Amino acid sequence: MSTHREKLRIADLHAFYGESHILHGIDMHVMQGELVTLLGRNGSGRSTTLRAIMNMVGRRTGSININGTETIGLPAHKIAHLGLGYCPEERGIFSSLNVEENLLLPPPVRSDGMSVEELYEMFPNLYERRYSQGTRLSGGEQQMLALARILRSGANILLLDEITEGLAPVIVQKLGEVLVKLKERGLTILLVEQNFRFAAPIADRHYVMEHGHIVEEVQADELEAKTELLNTYLGV
Amino acid sequence: MATFLGINLFGLFGQLLVGLINGSFYALLSLGLAIIFGLLKIINFAQGAMYMLGAFAAWLALNYLGINYWAALVVVPLVVGLVGVLMERFLIRPIANEDHLYSLLLTFGFALMLQGLFTHMYGSSGLSYSIPEALSGGTKLPFMYLPDYRAWIICASVVVCGLTWWMIEKTKLGAYLRAGTENPQLMQAFGINVPLIVTLTFGFGVALAGLAGVMAAPIYSVTPDMGSNLLIVVFAIVVIGGMGSIGGAILTGLGMGVIEGLTKYFYPEASNTVIFLVMVIVLLLKPAGLFGKEA
Ligand SMILES: Nc1ncnc2c1ncn2[C@@H]1O[C@H](COP(=O)(O)OP(=O)(O)OP(=O)(O)O)[C@@H](O)[C@H]1O
Ligand SMILES: [Mg+2]
Repeated sequence: MSTHREKLRIADLHAFYGESHILHGIDMHVMQGELVTLLGRNGSGRSTTLRAIMNMVGRRTGSININGTETIGLPAHKIAHLGLGYCPEERGIFSSLNVEENLLLPPPVRSDGMSVEELYEMFPNLYERRYSQGTRLSGGEQQMLALARILRSGANILLLDEITEGLAPVIVQKLGEVLVKLKERGLTILLVEQNFRFAAPIADRHYVMEHGHIVEEVQADELEAKTELLNTYLGV
Repeated sequence: MATFLGINLFGLFGQLLVGLINGSFYALLSLGLAIIFGLLKIINFAQGAMYMLGAFAAWLALNYLGINYWAALVVVPLVVGLVGVLMERFLIRPIANEDHLYSLLLTFGFALMLQGLFTHMYGSSGLSYSIPEALSGGTKLPFMYLPDYRAWIICASVVVCGLTWWMIEKTKLGAYLRAGTENPQLMQAFGINVPLIVTLTFGFGVALAGLAGVMAAPIYSVTPDMGSNLLIVVFAIVVIGGMGSIGGAILTGLGMGVIEGLTKYFYPEASNTVIFLVMVIVLLLKPAGLFGKEA
């Protein structure tokens, strides 16, 4: 039973790569079952925010509370076990593993992950190519694999970095359907997106980032009123 | 005397056997090096010293504790592996983020210390360890006499290398290892304790050298410098096979032993240099090694 409706709360988060100070005091939160996006131009610090949550940056300060647990002092390998699944921007499919090995790689972080059968049903391409080398898959298939493997681990807070980048419209549409399905199952999703048209219809809330700051928070129902503002931030 | 086209078959098969024996040790040692290099990206210069430690540990265990050869085959690799675990945890990990040159120098220094320690305590003349009773016989084959112990070494080495290969390439544990080699940071993000895997892997790689040391004790004299002599050749083999390639290390280890043996028969003057000659040729034609992935 989950008494923490708030799945993720970040306060005054700073992140550094060596000497470069990338995030300058991020404050944000994500509620259970919410789909929240991080929007912003290239280099605004969206990927770094996700990486900081996973403790994959050089150094980080502030507070990151996941499911009621403060994680700022936690070693990287303990963080996923709070129910987090991370899908990196570069997808991170392992070339020394075949598709099925990639799928089975992440250890379970919660008990009720999706079964391999269920995932193969959701992504039939992966089943057909389950013995191929992971990196031989097409970009879209690799993206599905990157998503499928964290669903199998049972993660119920997903951090997804630009999952639609460079993919054909049909695949983007398919990924959109999958995200809606996951949302219906009650999963919590923090989505970094460049493709605003993909994110707008499925997201509950948006944060806009610029130069390592959060400069705007937009509710789904304010989108229309704030279109102009968003356009200036995103430079579209 | 049996000859074929002017070739003395007894001599040829004899050298082939010696080559296979040497190759068995090359394979075990280079396999350990390759596993460690794959995950840690460091070259363990102490691998030869760990082989020496294994041989000495077998000798000490027999003479002071009455632990026989067969028990030593199990106990000594565990002990040497533990030395490796402690070494990784307390010597290598603290400097893991520095230039790899430091860990290379550190393992080299550690090897020299260990070698110095054993020279101080046991001299450099060598100790002898007798072949276990059960393997003291031999079989007469056409063109050669095959001592049981030598046959055992070849079989044991092939089985251990084969099992290790299977474990790394075909099991879940091996998938962690392969993936950790490729992208340790992402593995951490999936909730896998990569530092622990690194420590255990280092221990395992070193334990293979310890096992080779036990197997070597009855046929090579147990001396403090037995490892350093072998290590240079083993490095050449890892380079020929391709840094970090598991199958490559095994096959190249056995293969180079055989090539060395053949050279000893056909052109003995070159037998000490042939492996380095092969290394140069391979590096010129295929810089990543025979089984290495091109970057
Ligand atoms: N490993 C790193 N070392 C040093 N600086 C980095 C590193 N990774 C990212 N940066 C810098 O951090 C800033 C934010 O990068 P980040 O990847 O978070 O941007 P982003 O918003 O995800 O943009 P995009 O992915 O579209 O390029 C950039 O200025 C980038 O140059
Ligand atoms: Mg990014």
